[in-house]
Amino acid sequence: MKTRHKRMAFILVGLAGLAVAAGLVLNALNSNLALYISPSDVKAGNMPKGTAFRLGGMVVEGSLKRQDDGLTVYFDVSDNVETVTVTYTGILPDLFKEGTGVVTQGKMTDGLFRASEVLAKHDENYMSPEVAEMLEKGEKANQAAAAAAKASY
Amino acid sequence: MIPEIGHFALILALCVAVVQGVVAIAGAQLGIRSWMVMARPAAQVHFILVAVSFVCLMYAFIYNDFSVEYVASVSNSMLPIQYRIAAIWGGHEGSLLLWALLLAIWTMAVARYSRNLPLDMVSRVIGVMGLISVGFLMFMLFTSNPFDRLLPAALDGRDLNPLLQDPGLIFHPPLLYIGYVGFSVAFAFAIAALLSGRMDATWARWSRPWTTIAWSFLTAGIALGSWWAYYELGWGGWWFWDPVENASFLPWLVGTALVHSLAVTEKRGSFKNWTILLAIFTFSLSLLGTFLVRSGVLTSVHAFAVDPERGVFILGFLVVTIGTSLALFAWRAPKVGLGGRFSLVSRETFLLMNNVMLVVAAGAVLLGTLYPLLLDSLDMGKISVGPPYFDAVFLPLMVPMIFLMGLGPIARWKQADLPDMASRMKWAAVVSLVMALILPFVMGEWFALTSLGFALAFWIVSSIVVSMSERLRKTASTNAGAGVLARIVALPNAYLGMNVAHIGVAVFIMGVTMVNTYEVEKDMRMEVGDTVTMSGYTFRFDGVTEVEGPNYKASRGQILVTVDDKTEAVLFPEKRVYFVQTMPMTEAGIDSGLFRDLYVSLGEPVGNGAWSVRVYYKPFVGWIWGGTFLMAIGGIFAVSDRRYRLASRKRKAQKKAAGQPAAGQSVADQTTAPVQSMERE
Repeated sequence: MKTRHKRMAFILVGLAGLAVAAGLVLNALNSNLALYISPSDVKAGNMPKGTAFRLGGMVVEGSLKRQDDGLTVYFDVSDNVETVTVTYTGILPDLFKEGTGVVTQGKMTDGLFRASEVLAKHDENYMSPEVAEMLEKGEKANQAAAAAAKASY
Repeated sequence: MIPEIGHFALILALCVAVVQGVVAIAGAQLGIRSWMVMARPAAQVHFILVAVSFVCLMYAFIYNDFSVEYVASVSNSMLPIQYRIAAIWGGHEGSLLLWALLLAIWTMAVARYSRNLPLDMVSRVIGVMGLISVGFLMFMLFTSNPFDRLLPAALDGRDLNPLLQDPGLIFHPPLLYIGYVGFSVAFAFAIAALLSGRMDATWARWSRPWTTIAWSFLTAGIALGSWWAYYELGWGGWWFWDPVENASFLPWLVGTALVHSLAVTEKRGSFKNWTILLAIFTFSLSLLGTFLVRSGVLTSVHAFAVDPERGVFILGFLVVTIGTSLALFAWRAPKVGLGGRFSLVSRETFLLMNNVMLVVAAGAVLLGTLYPLLLDSLDMGKISVGPPYFDAVFLPLMVPMIFLMGLGPIARWKQADLPDMASRMKWAAVVSLVMALILPFVMGEWFALTSLGFALAFWIVSSIVVSMSERLRKTASTNAGAGVLARIVALPNAYLGMNVAHIGVAVFIMGVTMVNTYEVEKDMRMEVGDTVTMSGYTFRFDGVTEVEGPNYKASRGQILVTVDDKTEAVLFPEKRVYFVQTMPMTEAGIDSGLFRDLYVSLGEPVGNGAWSVRVYYKPFVGWIWGGTFLMAIGGIFAVSDRRYRLASRKRKAQKKAAGQPAAGQSVADQTTAPVQSMERE
C-alpha cells in the first residue's frame, strides 16, 4: 500500500468512527434529556407527552400523605401559582421535607405525576437553582395577575 | 497572629512562584545558565512557603480559631480532631490551598528526581509549574483567601457538612488532587518540549513515569470516591454520572489515552504531536474539573461553593492556560514530524484506535456534562442529562475498546499479521465465549448484556494468559531451572504492571456485570420481628434504639441476617441528626464479602415502631473497587521498572567507578536491562 493510500485509509476509518460516535451521542441526547417543568406549565399543558420530565417546586406544607403500606406517598408540589399532586413509592431522600424545594422525575398520567425518582440534593440554606427559578417565575406571574386585577378596577 | 503568618507566607510564595516561572523559562530560552540554576532552589523555597501556610491553616483548625472565617464556616468545636484536620479541604478555600501544596510537592519531586535531565529542560518544566502556581495563588489571594478574619469572631463554627464527616473525606480529596495536580507535570513536560523544540523518545521516557504515577493516584481517588458514595449516600449506587463525578472522570479518560500514547512515543517515536496534545488536554480537563466543582455552577451533592466571581477568575485562568498552550502547539507542532512509520495492522494502530475511542468517550461525557449549562446560559430552558444518556453513549464505545485491549498487547509493533494473531488468540476467544454462555446459567438468569460483560472480562484475562505464556516460552531456554512463578517475577515490571492493570479492568467489568444483573433491591415497611428473605439471606428487623455520637444523635436499627438459621451478620444502619446543621443523614449498615455485599439502610419511622427499610443483596460489588485499585497498583508497579532507575544508577556507578568497582549485581543489571526492556515491551 502506498503511504498516500494508507493515510486515506486512516482518515476514512477515523471519520467513520467519529460519525458513529456522533450518531450515538445525538440519538442518546434526543431520547434521554429531561426537561425541567413547573407546575404552571403542567397545568397549561406545556409538557412532553408520554416521556419523562422533571417537575420542580416546593412541597406544600401538610400535603404529605402516606398509604398503609408505609412506602407509597402523595404530596403536592407548587410554584406558588399552580399545584400538582405527585405520587411516589419508595424511600424518600434524607433532605425531603414539607415546605422545602424538591425535584421529581417521572410522567403525568390522569392528572397525577407518577415519580420514578425524588431528588432533594441541597442543604438547609441552599435551594437548587431550578426550583428557585420556578418559584421566581411563579412570583412574577402572581404579581402580573395582581397588577392586571388592579388595572381592571 | 498564626493566620497572618500563613497569609504572609502565601504572598511570599506567590512572589517566589513568579520568579520561579519567569526567570527559569527566560533563562532556558536565552541560554543563561545562572538563571536556569535558580529553578531548583526556587522550587524548594516555594514549597517551604506553601507548606508553612498550610500548617498555619491546620493550626487554626486544630485549635478552633473561629476568628478565621473559613474555619468558622466549615468546622466546629464538637467536631472530632481527625475531621477538624480533614475539614481543611472540606470547603472551597482550603481545597485550593491543598491544590497549591500538592503542586509545590510535585514541583519539589521533579526538582529532586531529575538530576539526569539536561538543565534547560528541568528549568523549563519547573518554570511552567511555577506559572501554574502563580495562577492558583493569585486566585486564592484575590478571591478566596482561607485566612480572612471574621470580626467579631464566631462563638462556634457552622460545622462541616454531615455528608463529609466520614473517613472518606480524609483520603478521597487528597488522592484525587494528587492525581489532578500530577498531570501538571505531564503538561509542564509537554510545554517544555514545545518551548525547546526537542520532542524525541527521551522526552517521552522522562515524562512517562510521572504521568503514570499521577494516573494511578487519580484512579485510586476516583475509586475511593465511588466507594464512599456507595456506603455514605444510602442509595447503594456506585456511580451516578453526577457532573462532579464526570469532572474527575474526564481527566481520567484522556489521561488513560495519554498513558498509552506515551508508551508508543517512547517505544516507537510515533504519535509525538498527539501525545503532546493529550498532555495539554488532560491537564486542561483537570483544571476544568476544579472549575466545575469549585465554582458552584453545578447543582449536585458536591457543589458547596456558590460564588460566580470565582468562576469568572477560573474561567479566565482556564482560557489563558489552554489558549497559550494550544497556540504554542500550533506554532511548534508542525516542526515535530510524525515519527516512526507503521502499517495499518500493528500495535501502533490498535493503540491509536484505543486513544481515539477514549477521547471520543471523554468528548461525549463532556458534552453531556456541559450541555445543560450551555442551554441554561443561552436561556433555552433547563434540562437534565441523566444516566441513561451516558450509558447509551459510553457502553457502545467501550465494548470495541475492551475488545482491542485484548489484541493490543499481543500485536507486534510496526507490522502485525492478522491471520497469525487470529491463530494465537483462537482459544482465548473460545474460552471467553464459552464462559459468557455458561456463567449466566450458573447464576440463574440470562441476558444479552450480561453475556457480553462476561465475554469481555474473560477475553482480557485469556489474552493476558496468551501473552504471558508466549513470553515465558521465550525465556524458558535461558531460565530452564526456575519455576514458573520465578520466571513470571523475572519479567520486566513495566510489563507485569500493565497486565495487573488490565486484569483490574477485567475484575471491574465482572463486578459491574454481576451487580447490574443479579442485584436484588427491596424497599419495604418492617415491624419489629418482621423478616424478609432474598437470594437465600433472611433479614430480621430487631427494632431501633437511640444512640448518641460526639456531635450527633442517631436512631440505630439492628438487623440480623441468617442463612439456614445460622447467623451470617448483624447490621446496624443508622439515621443520624447532627446537632449543628440539624440535617438528617443515612448511614447504611453493610456486611462486605468477597462475593457479595449485604446492604441495609433505614428510611423513616412509619408508626408503631415500624420503619421503612431498604435492603440490598449486591453480588460481586466489591470487585468494582477491587478492580480499580488493581489498575492503580499496576500503574505504580509499572513505574518501578528498572529502566526508569537505570539512568540514576549509571550516574552513581560512574561516580563509584573512580573509587571502587560497583557490586556485581548492579553491573549485570546495567548491561542486560536495556536490552531486555527494549525487546520485551
